[in-house]
Amino acid sequence: MKKIQILGTGCQKCTKLADLTRQAADELGIEYELEKVTKISDIMKFGVMVTPALVVDGQVKVAGGLPNVERIKEMIK
Amino acid sequence: MKTKVLKWILLPAAGAVIWWLIYSNLSAFAGWFTYSLLKLEQGRHFSSSVEFFVFETPKVLMLLVIVVFVIGIIRSFFTPEKTRAILSSKTEAVGNVLAALLGIVTPFCSCSAVPLFIGFVTAGVPLGVTFSFLISAPMINEIALVLLFGMFGWKVAALYVGVGLLIAIVAGWILGRLHMEKYIEPWVFQTQVAQTDVQQTMSRQDRVNCGLTAVRDIVSKVWIYVILGIAVGAGIHGYVPQDFLASFMGKSAWWSVPAAVLLGVPMYSNAAGIIPIVKALLEKGAALGTVLAFMMAVIGLSLPEAIILRNILKPRLVFTFFGIVAAGIIIIGYLFNMVL
Repeated sequence: MKKIQILGTGCQKCTKLADLTRQAADELGIEYELEKVTKISDIMKFGVMVTPALVVDGQVKVAGGLPNVERIKEMIK
Repeated sequence: MKTKVLKWILLPAAGAVIWWLIYSNLSAFAGWFTYSLLKLEQGRHFSSSVEFFVFETPKVLMLLVIVVFVIGIIRSFFTPEKTRAILSSKTEAVGNVLAALLGIVTPFCSCSAVPLFIGFVTAGVPLGVTFSFLISAPMINEIALVLLFGMFGWKVAALYVGVGLLIAIVAGWILGRLHMEKYIEPWVFQTQVAQTDVQQTMSRQDRVNCGLTAVRDIVSKVWIYVILGIAVGAGIHGYVPQDFLASFMGKSAWWSVPAAVLLGVPMYSNAAGIIPIVKALLEKGAALGTVLAFMMAVIGLSLPEAIILRNILKPRLVFTFFGIVAAGIIIIGYLFNMVL
């Protein structure tokens, strides 16, 4: 079971990242739980300064960018 | 080895040559298109508008693609984490200068202003230095730079960057001197900030991809504003009489500079469309300082940003911040009107 978190205060890119991540995880067929972290003080706890960010099992994989589905698959594998 | 030479040297070189050939023939093409193909009469309002549009549109879009691509690659070498590490160990004056410079190259979107502010301040970056960064990052904008270079030449483009840096450095420094730390919402300092570094090693191919992504993201977003702006600009170019604007946007109208700044604040997302219009205004007798002030206010001072910053700053600091930057822009506007 992978714990995937999307950090972002709700801008357009953040929603896009959540959609792409869901797509990537579904295509891989892995079991996962996706959580959106929107509170700024919670986002800061990850040490991230630019949103959106993707966190897998507590580890920040990407911050401030929008990777494509293939890249996301590598990150959540 | 051979394929490497082909991919990293020959292909880009060939691309650059083709780009340059097309770019340098655009003016001739616009003339041919307007007067030979469409058989429009020389010297008419309409034909002069058409020529302006057919010339400026591909020119601006071609410049936009190349500059956004290059800046995308440059930005792949910088991250907010690196910028913060550089700034947190600097004293104020040096820090303000560095912050303004780093604001140009650090990838940053205004929706990240709040986490970035907290990340900087809690890591020990002085408040004034943080402001220098927050002013320079949106104000010195690659799209504006491209349009200014394409439509006015390198001198005005350099002026724009220089003036933007100056305002960011001085305004940030003044804000630092005012010691307004108490006007930051207290929860900012209570925020736990982890210091994880996102380690992303990038290959050459990755950096090129960064450039391509930037082109796709930015050009797909702004092309419509660019075309609309050029269309309006073309209308002004062809139809508005010469010196029509001199009386109320010229040097003699003292109130035109503050008025331009006030007008510019609510106009935010249209930075891409504003510059072609500005070019046409300038042709019709508007003064450069006034026009520059207008443009800087459009790009550098935005209401959405003020609202975002209100989350972490008390109103007094938001007003002071906006007031100082606006004052800087107005002073620069007058200065240019006086000197040029």
